[in-house]
Amino acid sequence: MTSMAPEQEFETQDLMINMGPQHPATHGVFRMVLQVDGEVVRDVVSHIGYMHRGGEKLSETMDFRQGIGFMDRTEYLAQFNAELSYVMAVEKLMDIEVPERSQWIRMILCELNRLSSHFMFTGAFGTDVGVFGTGFTYAFRERENILDLFEEITGDRLMYAYFRPGGLAWEVTDNFVARVREVLNVSKQGIKDMDGLLTENEIFKARTQGIGVISAADAIDWGSTGPVLRASGVPLDLRRTEPYLKYAEVDFDVPVGKVGDVYDRWLVRIEEMRQSVRIIEQCLTKLQPGPILPERMPRMLRTPPGEVYLRTEAPRGEYGIYMVSKGGNRPHRLKIRSACFANLQALRDMTIGSYVADAVVILGSLDIVLCEVDR
Amino acid sequence: MKGILKSMSVTLSTFMRKPVTREYPETHKELPERDRAFPVLLWAEEDKEPFCTGCHACERACPVECMTVLMKDNPNHKSVGGDSSRRKIIDKFWIDYGRCMRCNICVEVCNFDAISMNNTWAGHETSVYDRADLVMDLPMLLAQSRSGELKPWVAP
Repeated sequence: MTSMAPEQEFETQDLMINMGPQHPATHGVFRMVLQVDGEVVRDVVSHIGYMHRGGEKLSETMDFRQGIGFMDRTEYLAQFNAELSYVMAVEKLMDIEVPERSQWIRMILCELNRLSSHFMFTGAFGTDVGVFGTGFTYAFRERENILDLFEEITGDRLMYAYFRPGGLAWEVTDNFVARVREVLNVSKQGIKDMDGLLTENEIFKARTQGIGVISAADAIDWGSTGPVLRASGVPLDLRRTEPYLKYAEVDFDVPVGKVGDVYDRWLVRIEEMRQSVRIIEQCLTKLQPGPILPERMPRMLRTPPGEVYLRTEAPRGEYGIYMVSKGGNRPHRLKIRSACFANLQALRDMTIGSYVADAVVILGSLDIVLCEVDR
Repeated sequence: MKGILKSMSVTLSTFMRKPVTREYPETHKELPERDRAFPVLLWAEEDKEPFCTGCHACERACPVECMTVLMKDNPNHKSVGGDSSRRKIIDKFWIDYGRCMRCNICVEVCNFDAISMNNTWAGHETSVYDRADLVMDLPMLLAQSRSGELKPWVAP
């Protein structure tokens, strides 16, 4: 009797690979259980919650000033943006008008934070793709520059707790404008460096193009926001569609991708960094001296009963705060709408059918912050 | 190939620049005036006593409840023959640096400007072998200010 066909002779079995939670490429404590057939991923089950600290519940015990410090800790790469949503929610509840100067400074700091966050992405993503060391250290060099500026203004390198309902905690340094210009000049060179290092690199392109594609319809269905959504070609940017602070008065472009693959997400973020520089430069020319807090601010903040949902465009997408107040000096309920959590949902769809090595690249391209996912 | 050469030119240009790193334990970066390490108490040199009156304002405002404050009658007060104008004064003060999240709220709420964030390097290099060693008592909290190292920063 002749030999049987190989598929009848051998039975193959999918292998389960556990990736994380302690894995350098998962950007924190994130666990993926991959079902692999040889090198190809057949299924992904993601496990989150290792970083859960009950931030939303904790915020119910904090008054409105104490809560600001906790918002930093939900989003440790874009702290100003996280604080902004929180204080703006309180301001909306209390119906406070924020002075012009505070708004411009908030905008400058938020955009600088976007720069530093995206620098972190370019470095960490390079490591995921396989550019060990070089890109990472370049990105950190640029990020350190921005963090130094933040330290001079707020006093802390990471957990700023600088925004307050009504304005800012204290005035910026005297040489603020000059220092921001100095940092911007260095950052411009940094963007050029990161762009030149990887964007046109053939190896980088081979690793990223056509990987982790998600269509615009799917991205909308999954609730993705931020660069992940824009890379799929949907020009949704809250700074443009529902301008807060002074975004209506500055001129900037919303970059969108065409394919929705990993490479497009990289391009969108690089272009966003250039736009951030553009926004900051316009802000600096419009910054005028003036008060940073409105007159007649109460010492103890108390809101009237009500509820509010306030969203802003953080570097990772829509960072929303849903706050219910029953009167008094603390929220009755606080819900954080995390951009990373929503973006992460699409991971399974993106990863199925790709290679194991690409799973890391796809996860890296989502640019998740696990603290924000778990809160 | 062209793209790889472009990448190489970036690394080569970086090779020519001045290094931005520092040999850390040997050399320290100069800290800005506003730098926030852990909170410390301030020492009133003219009265030879701390500014703190133990009013519990910071203890109540602390989001992480890392402070414990005990107040006593000032033995140096004018009414009992001393020369201080503080009727009450701090008796015992503990701050758990292991819990503190350096939010600056205690400094903001202090009515007597008696507490300040440490803006020296000593405030950052506080590693210990046991967590219990991070609970600072009154003499430890005053040491920075008494030695004259600390230059307290007042928000403009």
